[in-house]
Amino acid sequence: MTTHTIRVVLPFHLQTLAKVGSEVTVEVSDPANYDCVIEALEQAYPMLCGTIRDHVTKKRRPLLRYFVCSKDVSHDPADSLLPQAVLNGSEPFIVWGAIAGG
Amino acid sequence: MSGVRVLVGTAKGAFILSADGKRDKWKVDGPLFAGWTVYHMKGSTVDTNRIYASQSSDWFGQVIQRSNDGGKSWEQPGGEPAPEFTGQPVGASNKFVYEGEVGTHMWYDGTPHPWEFKRIWHLEPSLTDVDVVFAGAEDAAVFKSNDGALTWKELPSLRAQRGSEWQPGAGGLAVHTILLDPTNPNRIYVAISAAGAFRTDDGGDSWKPINRGLRSKYIPDPDAEIGHCVHRLALHPSRPDVVFMQLHWNVMRTDNAGELWTNISGNLPTDFGFPIEVHPREPETVYVIPIKSDSEHYVHEGKLRVYRSRSGGNDWEPLTNGLPQENCYVNVLRDAMATDSLEESGIYFGTTGGQVYVSPDGGDHWRAIVHDLPRVLSVEVQTLP
Repeated sequence: MTTHTIRVVLPFHLQTLAKVGSEVTVEVSDPANYDCVIEALEQAYPMLCGTIRDHVTKKRRPLLRYFVCSKDVSHDPADSLLPQAVLNGSEPFIVWGAIAGG
Repeated sequence: MSGVRVLVGTAKGAFILSADGKRDKWKVDGPLFAGWTVYHMKGSTVDTNRIYASQSSDWFGQVIQRSNDGGKSWEQPGGEPAPEFTGQPVGASNKFVYEGEVGTHMWYDGTPHPWEFKRIWHLEPSLTDVDVVFAGAEDAAVFKSNDGALTWKELPSLRAQRGSEWQPGAGGLAVHTILLDPTNPNRIYVAISAAGAFRTDDGGDSWKPINRGLRSKYIPDPDAEIGHCVHRLALHPSRPDVVFMQLHWNVMRTDNAGELWTNISGNLPTDFGFPIEVHPREPETVYVIPIKSDSEHYVHEGKLRVYRSRSGGNDWEPLTNGLPQENCYVNVLRDAMATDSLEESGIYFGTTGGQVYVSPDGGDHWRAIVHDLPRVLSVEVQTLP
């Protein structure tokens, strides 16, 4: 089974909770999809459980966004496969908070 | 000399204000959890080093924090990395799951709306066990942890009290008040906006509405068994059958554990308000902060006045010494007033303008500990040995 090292960029408040910098790496196996990345993230950083997706429904929290290769993929199915650029580490999987002004 | 630790939850983090027993020189620590909304922090009376905090965000949801050293350091119970892959994340301290069939409550438009967990409004540590803590949730439910907030389980029979008919107030449908009877560990009072007050006498296995005597003109049947917008409850530990209530409009008291309430608003300039507190040494001395309503929600006549009754209600006196008496338009929210239990009792409250006031003499004189915090959501006080 092929495994991939995925770069994940986290928003500031989740960096603080997880006590990490802006970017972490997680290992995922094929078939590697968006949910695999979040599951691996929750395994490595259990304090993030429930902060990105709901504990029970596993749905992405409404005000969080997933960006991949300069595209907002938040509304793509959670089992969508990661693009090659993310699999080979040239692009990160970005978790970001929706913008709120005021 | 003993001292106090004031735990302040705000819209943008938490602060800890510390002083010795004189309460004239203060140390301010914070912001903790900067940028997050901290609805409530409360310390255990069993071990004053144990503090629980409810940290939440519209973006990232609910987080529960716990300190074992009086707030110097914090941890998310269950947030430590798993030693090896188990297939199941260990993080569960923010996992609040309603028991059984989730069901619906009533939405603002009168239609059924599924129960959805949003946040914890209030944390109430047990009076006897440092690892037991209750949590009041939005949407309204009570959760209990027996392991220091690592895991939570709902006490579901509360929602069985006609929960399908409960309707949110403007701030949401939330359990915001949890009072533990110090003489009877099985008796708990809770209050819900806008469902009313409820009591259990068996540790949460069963509940009953305790709203007889309340009268609310904003609901179709003003004397209904449920549907009242109770803002806050308070009791004195020496007389737990006597409970005081700030209702949406009217200040109330019961002398029989909620079986019947009577109106004690008396000469208050307005009977709307949020917090209510009882003097820690004088069971008949009660404090409220009248607020102009129904839509303004700032203090009456631009004057920040605490009202004190030394007779258990009806006769109220304004306490103004040291408080702004002109051009003041702040609110004081329901969980934002507290007392210490030093020999000369201190009263504390925080405002939506970011001030936290203390009176070290039971309300006669006030001074601001801090002026410019974010909007204050809650104030709790620990009296330290």
